[in-house]
Amino acid sequence: MLNEFDISALIVTLKLASVSTIILLLIGTPIAWWLSQTRFKFKVVFEAIIALPLVLPPTVLGFYLLITLGPNGPVGGMLESLGGVSIAFTFTGLVVGSVIYSMPFVVQPLQNSFSGIGRRPMEVAATLCASPLDRFFTVAVPLARSGFITAAVLGFAHTVGEFGVVLMIGGNIPGETGVLSIAIYDHVEAMEYGQAHWLSGGLLILSFIMLLFVYLLNRRFSIMRSGD
Amino acid sequence: MIDCKLNIRLGHFILDADFSIPDKGITVVFGPSGSGKTSLLRAIAGLERSDSGFLKIGNSIWQDGENFVPPHQRSVGYVFQDASLFDHLNVQGNLDYGVKRSSSTEKDFIDSIINLLDIKPLLDRTTVQLSGGEKQRVAIARALAVKPHILLMDEPLSALDLKRKQEILPYLDSLHDELDIPLIYVTHSPDEASRLADHLVLLEEGRVVGSGAINKMLTRFDLPISHGADATSLIEAKVVGHDDQFNLMYLSFSGGQFTVTDRELPLESKVRLRISARDVSLTQEQQIDTSILNIFSAIVDEIVPEGRSQVMVRLKIKDVTMLSCITRKSAELLELNPGKKVYAQIKSVALLS
Repeated sequence: MLNEFDISALIVTLKLASVSTIILLLIGTPIAWWLSQTRFKFKVVFEAIIALPLVLPPTVLGFYLLITLGPNGPVGGMLESLGGVSIAFTFTGLVVGSVIYSMPFVVQPLQNSFSGIGRRPMEVAATLCASPLDRFFTVAVPLARSGFITAAVLGFAHTVGEFGVVLMIGGNIPGETGVLSIAIYDHVEAMEYGQAHWLSGGLLILSFIMLLFVYLLNRRFSIMRSGD
Repeated sequence: MIDCKLNIRLGHFILDADFSIPDKGITVVFGPSGSGKTSLLRAIAGLERSDSGFLKIGNSIWQDGENFVPPHQRSVGYVFQDASLFDHLNVQGNLDYGVKRSSSTEKDFIDSIINLLDIKPLLDRTTVQLSGGEKQRVAIARALAVKPHILLMDEPLSALDLKRKQEILPYLDSLHDELDIPLIYVTHSPDEASRLADHLVLLEEGRVVGSGAINKMLTRFDLPISHGADATSLIEAKVVGHDDQFNLMYLSFSGGQFTVTDRELPLESKVRLRISARDVSLTQEQQIDTSILNIFSAIVDEIVPEGRSQVMVRLKIKDVTMLSCITRKSAELLELNPGKKVYAQIKSVALLS
Protein backbone atom coordinates (compact mmCIF):
# COMPACT_ATOMS: atom_id res chain seq x y z
CA MET A 1 0.00 0.00 0.00
CA LEU A 2 0.98 3.65 0.28
CA ASN A 3 4.15 4.53 2.13
CA GLU A 4 4.88 7.68 4.10
CA PHE A 5 6.27 9.48 1.04
CA ASP A 6 3.19 8.66 -1.00
CA ILE A 7 0.93 10.13 1.67
CA SER A 8 2.98 13.31 1.84
CA ALA A 9 2.98 13.49 -1.98
CA LEU A 10 -0.81 13.22 -1.92
CA ILE A 11 -1.08 16.01 0.64
CA VAL A 12 1.34 18.28 -1.23
CA THR A 13 -0.52 17.64 -4.49
CA LEU A 14 -3.94 18.45 -3.04
CA LYS A 15 -2.57 21.53 -1.29
CA LEU A 16 -0.85 22.69 -4.47
CA ALA A 17 -3.95 22.16 -6.58
CA SER A 18 -6.22 23.94 -4.09
CA VAL A 19 -3.97 26.96 -3.65
CA SER A 20 -3.33 27.18 -7.39
CA THR A 21 -7.03 26.96 -8.22
CA ILE A 22 -7.90 29.77 -5.84
CA ILE A 23 -5.14 31.97 -7.24
CA LEU A 24 -6.10 31.00 -10.80
CA LEU A 25 -9.71 32.05 -10.23
CA LEU A 26 -8.63 35.33 -8.65
CA ILE A 27 -6.27 36.20 -11.50
CA GLY A 28 -8.11 34.44 -14.32
CA THR A 29 -11.53 36.02 -13.73
CA PRO A 30 -10.51 39.63 -14.43
CA ILE A 31 -8.36 38.52 -17.39
CA ALA A 32 -11.23 36.47 -18.85
CA TRP A 33 -13.68 39.34 -18.28
CA TRP A 34 -11.38 41.81 -19.96
CA LEU A 35 -10.84 39.48 -22.94
CA SER A 36 -14.59 38.94 -23.28
CA GLN A 37 -15.43 42.65 -23.22
CA THR A 38 -12.58 44.48 -24.88
CA ARG A 39 -12.59 45.72 -28.45
CA PHE A 40 -8.81 46.16 -28.20
CA LYS A 41 -7.21 45.43 -31.57
CA PHE A 42 -4.38 43.30 -30.22
CA LYS A 43 -6.41 41.18 -27.81
CA VAL A 44 -5.56 38.07 -29.88
CA VAL A 45 -1.92 38.52 -28.81
CA PHE A 46 -2.98 38.17 -25.17
CA GLU A 47 -5.21 35.22 -26.01
CA ALA A 48 -2.29 33.50 -27.74
CA ILE A 49 0.06 34.13 -24.79
CA ILE A 50 -2.45 32.66 -22.34
CA ALA A 51 -2.98 29.63 -24.61
CA LEU A 52 0.79 28.95 -24.89
CA PRO A 53 0.91 26.32 -22.08
CA LEU A 54 -1.57 24.27 -24.10
CA VAL A 55 0.98 23.62 -26.83
CA LEU A 56 4.40 24.10 -25.21
CA PRO A 57 6.14 21.04 -23.74
CA PRO A 58 5.84 21.56 -19.97
CA THR A 59 9.61 21.15 -19.72
CA VAL A 60 10.11 24.27 -21.84
CA LEU A 61 7.89 26.25 -19.52
CA GLY A 62 9.61 24.72 -16.51
CA PHE A 63 13.00 25.57 -17.93
CA TYR A 64 12.15 29.24 -18.41
CA LEU A 65 10.57 29.40 -14.97
CA LEU A 66 13.71 27.91 -13.47
CA ILE A 67 15.84 30.52 -15.23
CA THR A 68 13.53 33.35 -14.17
CA LEU A 69 12.89 32.28 -10.60
CA GLY A 70 16.33 30.88 -9.79
CA PRO A 71 18.81 32.90 -7.68
CA ASN A 72 20.50 34.26 -10.81
CA GLY A 73 17.26 34.94 -12.70
CA PRO A 74 15.65 38.39 -12.91
CA VAL A 75 12.80 37.63 -10.51
CA GLY A 76 14.67 35.25 -8.22
CA GLY A 77 17.65 37.63 -8.07
CA MET A 78 15.44 40.55 -7.21
CA LEU A 79 13.76 38.57 -4.43
CA GLU A 80 17.14 37.62 -3.06
CA SER A 81 18.49 41.19 -3.15
CA LEU A 82 15.38 42.28 -1.27
CA GLY A 83 16.45 39.95 1.54
CA GLY A 84 14.12 37.13 0.57
CA VAL A 85 15.02 33.73 -0.72
CA SER A 86 14.83 32.22 -4.15
CA ILE A 87 11.52 30.52 -4.74
CA ALA A 88 12.86 27.89 -7.10
CA PHE A 89 12.60 24.43 -5.48
CA THR A 90 9.99 25.67 -3.00
CA PHE A 91 6.24 25.17 -2.68
CA THR A 92 5.74 28.85 -3.67
CA GLY A 93 7.71 28.23 -6.83
CA LEU A 94 5.48 25.26 -7.63
CA VAL A 95 2.39 27.42 -7.16
CA VAL A 96 3.77 30.07 -9.52
CA GLY A 97 4.54 27.40 -12.12
CA SER A 98 1.15 25.72 -11.75
CA VAL A 99 -0.72 28.99 -12.06
CA ILE A 100 0.99 29.82 -15.34
CA TYR A 101 0.72 26.26 -16.59
CA SER A 102 -3.01 25.88 -15.85
CA MET A 103 -4.03 29.43 -16.79
CA PRO A 104 -5.65 28.58 -20.15
CA PHE A 105 -7.79 25.91 -18.51
CA VAL A 106 -9.31 28.57 -16.28
CA VAL A 107 -9.35 31.61 -18.55
CA GLN A 108 -10.87 29.94 -21.60
CA PRO A 109 -14.04 28.49 -20.03
CA LEU A 110 -14.57 31.74 -18.13
CA GLN A 111 -14.08 33.85 -21.24
CA ASN A 112 -16.52 31.67 -23.19
CA SER A 113 -19.10 31.96 -20.41
CA PHE A 114 -18.72 35.72 -20.14
CA SER A 115 -18.99 36.13 -23.92
CA GLY A 116 -22.07 33.91 -23.92
CA ILE A 117 -23.88 36.26 -21.54
CA GLY A 118 -23.76 39.07 -24.09
CA ARG A 119 -23.95 42.76 -23.28
CA ARG A 120 -27.68 42.89 -22.71
CA PRO A 121 -28.00 41.58 -19.11
CA MET A 122 -25.28 44.01 -18.03
CA GLU A 123 -27.06 46.88 -19.75
CA VAL A 124 -30.31 45.91 -18.07
CA ALA A 125 -28.54 45.91 -14.71
CA ALA A 126 -27.10 49.34 -15.48
CA THR A 127 -30.56 50.75 -16.12
CA LEU A 128 -31.62 49.20 -12.79
CA CYS A 129 -29.09 51.39 -10.95
CA ALA A 130 -26.32 48.76 -10.57
CA SER A 131 -22.77 50.10 -10.70
CA PRO A 132 -20.22 48.30 -12.92
CA LEU A 133 -18.70 46.28 -10.05
CA ASP A 134 -22.13 45.56 -8.59
CA ARG A 135 -23.47 44.23 -11.90
CA PHE A 136 -20.36 42.13 -12.42
CA PHE A 137 -20.91 40.27 -9.15
CA THR A 138 -24.72 40.12 -9.25
CA VAL A 139 -25.29 39.45 -12.94
CA ALA A 140 -22.16 38.32 -14.80
CA VAL A 141 -20.85 35.94 -12.12
CA PRO A 142 -24.15 34.12 -11.46
CA LEU A 143 -24.90 33.87 -15.19
CA ALA A 144 -21.40 32.47 -15.80
CA ARG A 145 -21.58 29.97 -12.94
CA SER A 146 -21.15 26.93 -15.21
CA GLY A 147 -17.99 28.57 -16.56
CA PHE A 148 -16.69 29.03 -13.02
CA ILE A 149 -17.33 25.41 -12.13
CA THR A 150 -15.68 24.17 -15.31
CA ALA A 151 -12.74 26.53 -14.78
CA ALA A 152 -12.24 25.50 -11.16
CA VAL A 153 -12.43 21.77 -11.83
CA LEU A 154 -10.23 21.88 -14.92
CA GLY A 155 -7.70 24.14 -13.18
CA PHE A 156 -7.60 21.80 -10.17
CA ALA A 157 -7.43 18.58 -12.19
CA HIS A 158 -4.82 19.92 -14.54
CA THR A 159 -2.63 21.03 -11.65
CA VAL A 160 -2.93 17.60 -10.03
CA GLY A 161 -1.80 16.04 -13.27
CA GLU A 162 1.17 18.24 -14.10
CA PHE A 163 4.59 16.67 -14.31
CA GLY A 164 7.09 18.50 -16.48
CA VAL A 165 6.89 21.88 -14.81
CA VAL A 166 7.15 20.50 -11.28
CA LEU A 167 10.00 18.29 -12.30
CA MET A 168 11.94 21.32 -13.55
CA ILE A 169 11.28 23.80 -10.75
CA GLY A 170 10.10 21.58 -7.91
CA GLY A 171 13.03 19.32 -7.22
CA ASN A 172 10.90 16.58 -5.62
CA ILE A 173 11.59 17.53 -2.00
CA PRO A 174 9.36 15.25 0.16
CA GLY A 175 6.69 17.18 2.03
CA GLU A 176 7.58 20.39 0.22
CA THR A 177 7.61 19.90 -3.56
CA GLY A 178 7.20 16.16 -3.98
CA VAL A 179 3.93 15.61 -5.81
CA LEU A 180 1.97 12.53 -6.89
CA SER A 181 2.88 12.50 -10.55
CA ILE A 182 6.58 12.44 -9.69
CA ALA A 183 6.01 9.85 -6.96
CA ILE A 184 4.46 7.58 -9.58
CA TYR A 185 7.44 8.12 -11.86
CA ASP A 186 9.82 7.26 -9.04
CA HIS A 187 7.90 4.07 -8.19
CA VAL A 188 8.04 2.94 -11.81
CA GLU A 189 11.77 3.73 -11.97
CA ALA A 190 12.23 1.60 -8.86
CA MET A 191 10.08 -1.21 -10.35
CA GLU A 192 7.51 -0.79 -7.52
CA TYR A 193 4.54 -1.42 -9.85
CA GLY A 194 2.16 -2.19 -6.99
CA GLN A 195 2.43 1.29 -5.52
CA ALA A 196 2.45 2.89 -8.98
CA HIS A 197 -0.85 1.11 -9.61
CA TRP A 198 -2.40 2.43 -6.43
CA LEU A 199 -1.44 6.02 -7.14
CA SER A 200 -2.20 5.91 -10.88
CA GLY A 201 -5.56 4.23 -10.37
CA GLY A 202 -6.43 6.74 -7.68
CA LEU A 203 -5.60 9.68 -9.95
CA LEU A 204 -7.52 8.12 -12.82
CA ILE A 205 -10.67 7.70 -10.74
CA LEU A 206 -10.35 11.16 -9.16
CA SER A 207 -9.94 12.82 -12.58
CA PHE A 208 -12.88 10.89 -14.01
CA ILE A 209 -15.15 11.85 -11.11
CA MET A 210 -14.21 15.53 -11.41
CA LEU A 211 -14.87 15.62 -15.15
CA LEU A 212 -18.14 13.73 -14.72
CA PHE A 213 -19.17 16.34 -12.17
CA VAL A 214 -18.40 19.17 -14.62
CA TYR A 215 -20.35 17.61 -17.47
CA LEU A 216 -23.32 16.77 -15.25
CA LEU A 217 -23.49 20.33 -13.91
CA ASN A 218 -23.20 21.85 -17.36
CA ARG A 219 -25.99 19.63 -18.55
CA ARG A 220 -28.18 20.72 -15.67
CA PHE A 221 -27.53 24.40 -16.37
CA SER A 222 -28.25 24.06 -20.07
CA ILE A 223 -31.49 22.24 -19.30
CA MET A 224 -32.46 24.94 -16.82
CA ARG A 225 -31.79 27.59 -19.44
CA SER A 226 -33.77 25.90 -22.18
CA GLY A 227 -36.63 25.52 -19.72
CA ASP A 228 -37.52 21.85 -20.10
CA MET B 1 -39.36 69.69 -20.84
CA ILE B 2 -36.98 67.08 -22.16
CA ASP B 3 -34.22 68.65 -24.23
CA CYS B 4 -32.15 66.35 -26.34
CA LYS B 5 -29.32 67.27 -28.64
CA LEU B 6 -27.21 64.20 -29.23
CA ASN B 7 -24.63 63.38 -31.82
CA ILE B 8 -23.43 59.80 -32.11
CA ARG B 9 -21.29 58.06 -34.65
CA LEU B 10 -21.81 54.28 -34.88
CA GLY B 11 -19.62 52.91 -37.65
CA HIS B 12 -20.85 54.64 -40.80
CA PHE B 13 -24.13 55.65 -39.23
CA ILE B 14 -24.48 59.10 -37.74
CA LEU B 15 -27.29 59.93 -35.38
CA ASP B 16 -27.92 63.62 -35.07
CA ALA B 17 -30.98 64.06 -32.91
CA ASP B 18 -32.11 67.48 -31.82
CA PHE B 19 -35.56 67.88 -30.30
CA SER B 20 -37.56 68.98 -27.28
CA ILE B 21 -40.58 67.12 -25.99
CA PRO B 22 -42.96 67.63 -23.08
CA ASP B 23 -42.05 65.83 -19.86
CA LYS B 24 -45.38 64.08 -19.56
CA GLY B 25 -47.41 61.73 -21.71
CA ILE B 26 -46.20 59.29 -24.32
CA THR B 27 -43.77 60.41 -26.98
CA VAL B 28 -43.48 57.96 -29.82
CA VAL B 29 -40.23 57.93 -31.75
CA PHE B 30 -41.31 56.72 -35.13
CA GLY B 31 -39.28 55.81 -38.18
CA PRO B 32 -38.29 52.99 -40.50
CA SER B 33 -35.80 50.28 -39.49
CA GLY B 34 -32.27 51.63 -39.45
CA SER B 35 -33.36 55.21 -38.83
CA GLY B 36 -31.56 55.26 -35.49
CA LYS B 37 -34.53 54.93 -33.14
CA THR B 38 -32.91 52.35 -30.88
CA SER B 39 -29.58 54.21 -30.84
CA LEU B 40 -31.39 57.35 -29.78
CA LEU B 41 -33.11 55.54 -26.92
CA ARG B 42 -29.82 53.92 -25.85
CA ALA B 43 -28.13 57.30 -25.90
CA ILE B 44 -30.84 58.75 -23.66
CA ALA B 45 -30.27 55.89 -21.20
CA GLY B 46 -26.51 56.45 -21.39
CA LEU B 47 -25.86 53.01 -22.88
CA GLU B 48 -24.44 54.62 -26.00
CA ARG B 49 -21.92 57.35 -25.49
CA SER B 50 -22.29 60.33 -27.74
CA ASP B 51 -19.32 62.35 -28.95
CA SER B 52 -21.00 65.58 -28.03
CA GLY B 53 -24.38 66.50 -26.84
CA PHE B 54 -26.78 67.86 -24.33
CA LEU B 55 -29.51 65.98 -22.52
CA LYS B 56 -31.81 67.37 -19.89
CA ILE B 57 -34.72 65.50 -18.34
CA GLY B 58 -36.85 67.87 -16.29
CA ASN B 59 -34.41 69.52 -13.91
CA SER B 60 -31.53 67.09 -14.18
CA ILE B 61 -28.84 67.39 -16.80
CA TRP B 62 -27.61 63.94 -17.83
CA GLN B 63 -25.13 65.12 -20.35
CA ASP B 64 -23.50 68.34 -21.41
CA GLY B 65 -20.15 69.47 -22.73
CA GLU B 66 -18.17 68.27 -19.68
CA ASN B 67 -20.33 65.75 -17.90
CA PHE B 68 -21.68 62.36 -18.79
CA VAL B 69 -23.86 60.74 -16.14
CA PRO B 70 -23.32 56.95 -16.38
CA PRO B 71 -26.44 54.84 -16.97
CA HIS B 72 -26.69 53.46 -13.43
CA GLN B 73 -26.90 57.01 -12.06
CA ARG B 74 -29.66 58.06 -14.45
CA SER B 75 -33.16 57.69 -13.12
CA VAL B 76 -34.39 55.78 -16.12
CA GLY B 77 -36.57 52.73 -16.70
CA TYR B 78 -35.68 50.84 -19.87
CA VAL B 79 -37.76 48.11 -21.49
CA PHE B 80 -35.82 46.27 -24.16
CA GLN B 81 -37.21 44.72 -27.31
CA ASP B 82 -36.88 41.22 -25.90
CA ALA B 83 -37.80 41.29 -22.24
CA SER B 84 -34.20 40.53 -21.17
CA LEU B 85 -35.18 39.21 -17.76
CA PHE B 86 -32.36 37.87 -15.58
CA ASP B 87 -32.51 34.10 -15.99
CA HIS B 88 -30.71 33.48 -12.70
CA LEU B 89 -33.49 35.17 -10.73
CA ASN B 90 -37.20 34.43 -10.52
CA VAL B 91 -39.84 37.05 -11.27
CA GLN B 92 -39.78 38.47 -7.74
CA GLY B 93 -35.97 38.54 -7.86
CA ASN B 94 -36.06 40.44 -11.13
CA LEU B 95 -38.37 43.05 -9.61
CA ASP B 96 -36.29 43.30 -6.43
CA TYR B 97 -33.03 43.78 -8.34
CA GLY B 98 -33.86 47.35 -9.26
CA VAL B 99 -35.88 48.13 -6.13
CA LYS B 100 -32.96 47.25 -3.84
CA ARG B 101 -30.71 49.67 -5.69
CA SER B 102 -33.10 52.56 -6.09
CA SER B 103 -33.84 55.22 -3.51
CA SER B 104 -37.55 54.51 -3.48
CA THR B 105 -38.67 51.27 -1.94
CA GLU B 106 -42.19 52.02 -0.76
CA LYS B 107 -44.09 48.76 -0.56
CA ASP B 108 -47.35 50.38 -1.68
CA PHE B 109 -45.76 51.70 -4.82
CA ILE B 110 -44.34 48.31 -5.79
CA ASP B 111 -47.71 46.71 -5.11
CA SER B 112 -49.42 49.25 -7.34
CA ILE B 113 -47.01 48.41 -10.17
CA ILE B 114 -47.62 44.68 -9.63
CA ASN B 115 -51.36 45.30 -9.83
CA LEU B 116 -51.12 47.62 -12.80
CA LEU B 117 -49.37 44.93 -14.85
CA ASP B 118 -51.26 42.09 -13.24
CA ILE B 119 -48.20 39.98 -12.42
CA LYS B 120 -49.01 38.93 -8.85
CA PRO B 121 -49.65 35.29 -9.87
CA LEU B 122 -46.27 35.19 -11.66
CA LEU B 123 -44.03 36.37 -8.81
CA ASP B 124 -42.78 32.91 -7.74
CA ARG B 125 -42.18 31.63 -11.25
CA THR B 126 -38.81 31.28 -12.92
CA THR B 127 -38.33 33.30 -16.09
CA VAL B 128 -38.44 30.25 -18.35
CA GLN B 129 -41.96 29.48 -17.13
CA LEU B 130 -43.32 32.70 -18.62
CA SER B 131 -44.87 33.32 -22.02
CA GLY B 132 -43.51 36.08 -24.23
CA GLY B 133 -46.27 38.47 -23.20
CA GLU B 134 -45.83 37.71 -19.50
CA LYS B 135 -42.07 38.27 -19.78
CA GLN B 136 -42.64 41.68 -21.31
CA ARG B 137 -45.12 42.62 -18.56
CA VAL B 138 -42.56 41.63 -15.92
CA ALA B 139 -39.92 43.64 -17.76
CA ILE B 140 -42.16 46.71 -17.76
CA ALA B 141 -42.92 46.26 -14.06
CA ARG B 142 -39.21 45.83 -13.29
CA ALA B 143 -38.40 49.07 -15.12
CA LEU B 144 -41.20 50.98 -13.36
CA ALA B 145 -40.41 49.62 -9.90
CA VAL B 146 -37.25 51.74 -9.60
CA LYS B 147 -39.54 54.78 -9.81
CA PRO B 148 -37.68 56.33 -12.74
CA HIS B 149 -38.05 59.91 -13.91
CA ILE B 150 -38.53 58.66 -17.44
CA LEU B 151 -39.55 55.35 -18.98
CA LEU B 152 -37.97 54.25 -22.26
CA MET B 153 -39.48 51.43 -24.31
CA ASP B 154 -37.75 49.99 -27.35
CA GLU B 155 -40.33 48.27 -29.59
CA PRO B 156 -41.64 46.23 -26.66
CA LEU B 157 -44.23 44.49 -28.84
CA SER B 158 -42.17 43.70 -31.91
CA ALA B 159 -40.98 40.31 -30.67
CA LEU B 160 -44.55 39.18 -29.92
CA ASP B 161 -47.15 37.61 -32.18
CA LEU B 162 -50.45 39.36 -32.84
CA LYS B 163 -52.28 37.61 -30.01
CA ARG B 164 -49.61 38.54 -27.45
CA LYS B 165 -49.60 42.11 -28.76
CA GLN B 166 -53.32 42.36 -28.11
CA GLU B 167 -52.64 40.99 -24.64
CA ILE B 168 -50.07 43.70 -23.82
CA LEU B 169 -51.69 46.74 -25.46
CA PRO B 170 -54.36 47.23 -22.75
CA TYR B 171 -51.53 47.39 -20.18
CA LEU B 172 -49.81 50.07 -22.23
CA ASP B 173 -53.09 51.98 -22.34
CA SER B 174 -53.30 51.84 -18.57
CA LEU B 175 -49.70 53.07 -18.34
CA HIS B 176 -50.83 55.97 -20.47
CA ASP B 177 -53.58 56.80 -18.00
CA GLU B 178 -51.78 56.07 -14.73
CA LEU B 179 -48.22 57.15 -15.35
CA ASP B 180 -47.13 60.59 -14.23
CA ILE B 181 -43.68 60.29 -15.79
CA PRO B 182 -42.86 60.77 -19.47
CA LEU B 183 -42.58 57.69 -21.63
CA ILE B 184 -40.54 57.54 -24.81
CA TYR B 185 -41.76 54.68 -26.96
CA VAL B 186 -39.85 53.55 -30.03
CA THR B 187 -41.76 51.79 -32.80
CA HIS B 188 -42.06 51.40 -36.54
CA SER B 189 -45.69 50.33 -36.31
CA PRO B 190 -48.17 53.06 -37.36
CA ASP B 191 -50.87 51.28 -35.36
CA GLU B 192 -48.96 51.44 -32.08
CA ALA B 193 -47.97 55.05 -32.77
CA SER B 194 -51.51 56.24 -33.42
CA ARG B 195 -52.88 54.32 -30.47
CA LEU B 196 -50.36 55.42 -27.87
CA ALA B 197 -48.70 58.67 -28.88
CA ASP B 198 -49.47 62.08 -27.47
CA HIS B 199 -46.40 63.40 -29.12
CA LEU B 200 -44.47 62.21 -32.12
CA VAL B 201 -40.80 62.44 -33.04
CA LEU B 202 -40.14 61.42 -36.64
CA LEU B 203 -36.72 59.98 -37.33
CA GLU B 204 -35.22 59.36 -40.75
CA GLU B 205 -31.66 58.28 -41.45
CA GLY B 206 -30.51 59.45 -38.07
CA ARG B 207 -32.13 62.87 -38.25
CA VAL B 208 -35.23 64.24 -36.61
CA VAL B 209 -37.46 65.40 -39.47
CA GLY B 210 -40.29 66.57 -37.26
CA SER B 211 -41.53 66.66 -33.69
CA GLY B 212 -44.85 67.76 -32.26
CA ALA B 213 -48.28 66.82 -30.96
CA ILE B 214 -49.46 63.63 -32.67
CA ASN B 215 -52.43 64.95 -34.60
CA LYS B 216 -50.58 68.06 -35.69
CA MET B 217 -47.78 65.86 -37.01
CA LEU B 218 -50.18 63.50 -38.81
CA THR B 219 -51.72 66.43 -40.67
CA ARG B 220 -48.51 68.30 -41.54
CA PHE B 221 -48.15 68.17 -45.31
CA ASP B 222 -44.38 68.58 -45.27
CA LEU B 223 -44.05 65.18 -43.56
CA PRO B 224 -44.34 61.84 -45.38
CA ILE B 225 -46.79 60.41 -42.82
CA SER B 226 -49.55 62.78 -44.03
CA HIS B 227 -49.45 61.20 -47.48
CA GLY B 228 -50.26 57.85 -49.04
CA ALA B 229 -52.75 55.17 -48.10
CA ASP B 230 -51.87 55.36 -44.39
CA ALA B 231 -52.76 59.05 -44.02
CA THR B 232 -55.00 59.37 -40.99
CA SER B 233 -56.07 61.86 -38.37
CA LEU B 234 -56.80 61.30 -34.70
CA ILE B 235 -59.52 62.79 -32.55
CA GLU B 236 -59.75 62.63 -28.77
CA ALA B 237 -63.32 62.18 -27.60
CA LYS B 238 -65.29 60.94 -24.61
CA VAL B 239 -68.36 58.80 -24.24
CA VAL B 240 -71.44 60.94 -23.54
CA GLY B 241 -74.33 58.59 -24.16
CA HIS B 242 -75.66 55.24 -25.30
CA ASP B 243 -78.56 54.46 -27.60
CA ASP B 244 -79.88 51.06 -26.58
CA GLN B 245 -82.53 50.97 -29.30
CA PHE B 246 -79.97 51.03 -32.12
CA ASN B 247 -76.99 49.79 -30.12
CA LEU B 248 -75.03 52.98 -30.68
CA MET B 249 -72.75 55.16 -28.60
CA TYR B 250 -72.27 58.94 -28.70
CA LEU B 251 -68.81 60.44 -28.47
CA SER B 252 -68.29 64.11 -27.97
CA PHE B 253 -65.23 66.07 -29.12
CA SER B 254 -64.55 69.77 -29.32
CA GLY B 255 -65.97 69.95 -32.88
CA GLY B 256 -69.20 68.01 -32.34
CA GLN B 257 -70.49 64.53 -31.66
CA PHE B 258 -69.78 61.17 -33.26
CA THR B 259 -72.25 58.31 -33.50
CA VAL B 260 -70.53 54.91 -33.51
CA THR B 261 -71.35 51.28 -32.78
CA ASP B 262 -71.79 50.73 -29.05
CA ARG B 263 -68.80 49.17 -27.32
CA GLU B 264 -70.40 49.37 -23.89
CA LEU B 265 -67.84 51.78 -22.55
CA PRO B 266 -68.80 53.65 -19.37
CA LEU B 267 -69.87 57.29 -19.64
CA GLU B 268 -67.05 59.85 -19.54
CA SER B 269 -64.43 57.32 -20.62
CA LYS B 270 -61.89 58.76 -23.00
CA VAL B 271 -61.48 57.28 -26.44
CA ARG B 272 -59.23 58.02 -29.35
CA LEU B 273 -60.69 57.89 -32.85
CA ARG B 274 -58.71 57.19 -35.96
CA ILE B 275 -60.09 58.44 -39.23
CA SER B 276 -58.46 57.44 -42.49
CA ALA B 277 -58.19 60.31 -45.00
CA ARG B 278 -59.85 58.06 -47.60
CA ASP B 279 -62.96 57.67 -45.47
CA VAL B 280 -63.66 61.39 -45.40
CA SER B 281 -65.66 62.82 -48.33
CA LEU B 282 -66.68 66.44 -48.80
CA THR B 283 -69.95 68.11 -49.82
CA GLN B 284 -70.86 71.71 -50.42
CA GLU B 285 -74.33 71.47 -48.86
CA GLN B 286 -75.18 69.42 -45.79
CA GLN B 287 -76.72 66.22 -47.08
CA ILE B 288 -79.94 65.15 -45.38
CA ASP B 289 -80.86 61.97 -47.21
CA THR B 290 -77.68 59.98 -46.61
CA SER B 291 -76.81 56.87 -44.64
CA ILE B 292 -73.75 58.56 -43.19
CA LEU B 293 -74.31 59.63 -39.57
CA ASN B 294 -71.14 61.54 -38.92
CA ILE B 295 -71.22 64.83 -40.80
CA PHE B 296 -69.42 67.92 -39.57
CA SER B 297 -69.18 71.45 -40.78
CA ALA B 298 -65.55 72.23 -41.62
CA ILE B 299 -63.30 74.88 -43.10
CA VAL B 300 -60.71 73.99 -45.75
CA ASP B 301 -57.26 74.80 -44.40
CA GLU B 302 -54.86 73.63 -47.09
CA ILE B 303 -54.91 71.54 -50.24
CA VAL B 304 -51.92 69.68 -51.73
CA PRO B 305 -51.74 67.32 -54.70
CA GLU B 306 -51.60 63.62 -53.85
CA GLY B 307 -50.32 61.64 -56.80
CA ARG B 308 -51.64 62.55 -60.24
CA SER B 309 -55.37 62.26 -59.72
CA GLN B 310 -55.96 63.07 -56.07
CA VAL B 311 -55.58 65.84 -53.57
CA MET B 312 -55.11 65.78 -49.79
CA VAL B 313 -57.23 68.34 -47.98
CA ARG B 314 -56.64 69.48 -44.43
CA LEU B 315 -59.85 70.52 -42.72
CA LYS B 316 -60.52 72.42 -39.53
CA ILE B 317 -63.52 71.39 -37.50
CA LYS B 318 -63.31 74.12 -34.86
CA ASP B 319 -59.82 73.50 -33.40
CA VAL B 320 -59.58 69.90 -34.63
CA THR B 321 -57.70 69.08 -37.82
CA MET B 322 -58.67 66.24 -40.11
CA LEU B 323 -57.42 64.92 -43.44
CA SER B 324 -59.55 64.14 -46.44
CA CYS B 325 -58.28 62.47 -49.57
CA ILE B 326 -60.47 63.14 -52.64
CA THR B 327 -59.99 63.21 -56.39
CA ARG B 328 -58.56 66.30 -58.03
CA LYS B 329 -61.66 66.43 -60.19
CA SER B 330 -63.97 66.60 -57.15
CA ALA B 331 -61.83 69.32 -55.66
CA GLU B 332 -62.25 71.37 -58.82
CA LEU B 333 -65.99 70.75 -59.11
CA LEU B 334 -66.41 71.82 -55.47
CA GLU B 335 -64.16 74.82 -56.12
CA LEU B 336 -62.21 74.01 -52.96
CA ASN B 337 -59.97 76.77 -51.70
CA PRO B 338 -58.45 77.51 -48.30
CA GLY B 339 -61.11 79.19 -46.17
CA LYS B 340 -64.05 77.58 -47.95
CA LYS B 341 -66.80 76.11 -45.80
CA VAL B 342 -67.65 72.45 -46.52
CA TYR B 343 -69.26 69.43 -44.88
CA ALA B 344 -67.07 66.46 -44.05
CA GLN B 345 -68.83 63.10 -44.25
CA ILE B 346 -67.03 60.40 -42.33
CA LYS B 347 -67.74 56.93 -43.58
CA SER B 348 -65.97 54.95 -40.90
CA VAL B 349 -64.22 55.54 -37.62
CA ALA B 350 -61.82 53.24 -35.78
CA LEU B 351 -61.90 53.26 -32.01
CA LEU B 352 -58.44 52.96 -30.47
CA SER B 353 -57.89 51.94 -26.84
